[in-house]
Amino acid sequence: MSVRRVMGTETEYGITRPGDPRANPVALSGLVVRAYATEAGPQRALPTGSGWDYADETPLRDARGFEVARALADISQLTDVDDPATANSVLSNGARLYVDHAHPEYSSPEVLTPRDVVRWDRAGDEVMLTAAAALAAQGDQIRLYKNNVDGKGASYGTHENYLVPREVPFLTIAAGLLPFFVARQVLVGAGRVGLGQFSEQPGFQVSQRADYMEAEIGLETTLKRPIVNTRDEPHAFGEKYRRLHVIVGDATLCDVATLLKVGTTSLVLGLIEAGAAPALELADPVAAIRAISHDPGLTRQVALQDGRDLTALEILAAYREAVENHLGTDVDDDTREVLRHWDAVAADLGEDPMRCVGRVDWVTKLAVLEGYRRRDGLEWGDPRLAAIDIQWSELDPARGLAARMRASGRLETLVGPDEVREAMVVPPEDTRAWFRGQCVSRYAGQVRAASWDSVVFEPAPGTRGLRRVQLPEPLRGSRADIEPLLDSVSGVDDLLAHLVSRDG
Amino acid sequence: MAGQEQKRPPRRDDEDTPAPAAPVAQRQDAARTAEVDDLLDEIDGVLETNAEEFVHGFVQKGGQ
Repeated sequence: MSVRRVMGTETEYGITRPGDPRANPVALSGLVVRAYATEAGPQRALPTGSGWDYADETPLRDARGFEVARALADISQLTDVDDPATANSVLSNGARLYVDHAHPEYSSPEVLTPRDVVRWDRAGDEVMLTAAAALAAQGDQIRLYKNNVDGKGASYGTHENYLVPREVPFLTIAAGLLPFFVARQVLVGAGRVGLGQFSEQPGFQVSQRADYMEAEIGLETTLKRPIVNTRDEPHAFGEKYRRLHVIVGDATLCDVATLLKVGTTSLVLGLIEAGAAPALELADPVAAIRAISHDPGLTRQVALQDGRDLTALEILAAYREAVENHLGTDVDDDTREVLRHWDAVAADLGEDPMRCVGRVDWVTKLAVLEGYRRRDGLEWGDPRLAAIDIQWSELDPARGLAARMRASGRLETLVGPDEVREAMVVPPEDTRAWFRGQCVSRYAGQVRAASWDSVVFEPAPGTRGLRRVQLPEPLRGSRADIEPLLDSVSGVDDLLAHLVSRDG
Repeated sequence: MAGQEQKRPPRRDDEDTPAPAAPVAQRQDAARTAEVDDLLDEIDGVLETNAEEFVHGFVQKGGQ
């Protein structure tokens, strides 16, 4: 078993313009996307007038096998309508940068390892910072936050995507994931000041998102949010794959937490695919995810259907043991790295969570908050603590607390700043993201649109017929697969002729 | 590898070396407090001066 699989993250960033509380967040988000595309230039970011190729998107299809009637869908579920007021770009690193609802969103390219998730996820933060710096140079101060709540009722997502074989029944996946997602937050929660969706009660909790999870399984992502999301848009061969769209997680700024978030989840999916997930069924997953989030002491037990009561760490230990039993003998380095951090963080959380400062976001944030409480005698309801919670996630290291802690070496980093900066421009080599990114950098003027599984070319300037290259196999279009061809062809026309003959 | 060692309470029943445990833990606590205080001193300068207004002004639209 391995952590390696096609996966990626999507982050909706919080956005403000200080001193202008009435600023339209959709317009602000559009400014950010356009600023980056302009600053980066056409070989690093498609002009925002280019399209997103929506031909295959089906946000209303449900993995359980039915499609929501469009007329019945909440308008905010309709993400495949091209709104001219919003901006979209595809970057030379294979990512998508666009406006989702009222937030600038960076959707990372598809990668194969948890370490590469960390690298291309952080590249997204740098993309946002570059955009903000470009706007600041024009006199427009925009602040961007990598968090998931405003503390006043609004939540916005940091999603994970995992490629899963279609043959595994969705309800089997959901049953295997529910207890894991309820418990996973103690490893990878981002921490939050305030309890309840509107911070009705003072206090600290482990996760940003837990209070906003209102159902076990479902299609919605903006209301009545489910722990396991059923959106069935594979962006790939639909008969072969499904894309598991995970909305329960928090945005993380600690590299170790990001690595663990996707690494442990990929392993648990491996267990489920092998029919080897531990037999755990929670009595009430929605209540359990909140109960665990509201207990930073990590002693809270939650009830199982079979009458047992387990803590989050005990649930995770059951998954970890199942992983151990199904690892096999040939364990790759990426898997070893995830297991080493999983074991170390779980053991330290069990002994004393404060040992995880610098590796786990909620613990690191809590250490700072408890420091202020002790030194300045603050109660949990003090606005200074709520301010620290928000400022924690600001991307700009001049003010962002996690960013400052990283800069001063207080966060354990897995990828260096040079690797992250390179990943803003360069795509991962081992998935179709390489082809997508290379099309942007090599054929900038002739790419009219792109999507996860297509690139749409204008073969010659001024010609009318557009040509779509489809990439339904996420593992094809890698550097090894296609670089020799790209290096040998004379241009887009030649490339298209070769691709047609290859597929024929 | 032995999976996830259950590391619940540190085994007091072993009673091999009960004495040194507490001073080590205290030293760690003191060092940790000093580290956090250093960090707070550094952070103090960048924290929003009007916390209440800052928190009040941080309003987002819901997303996915």
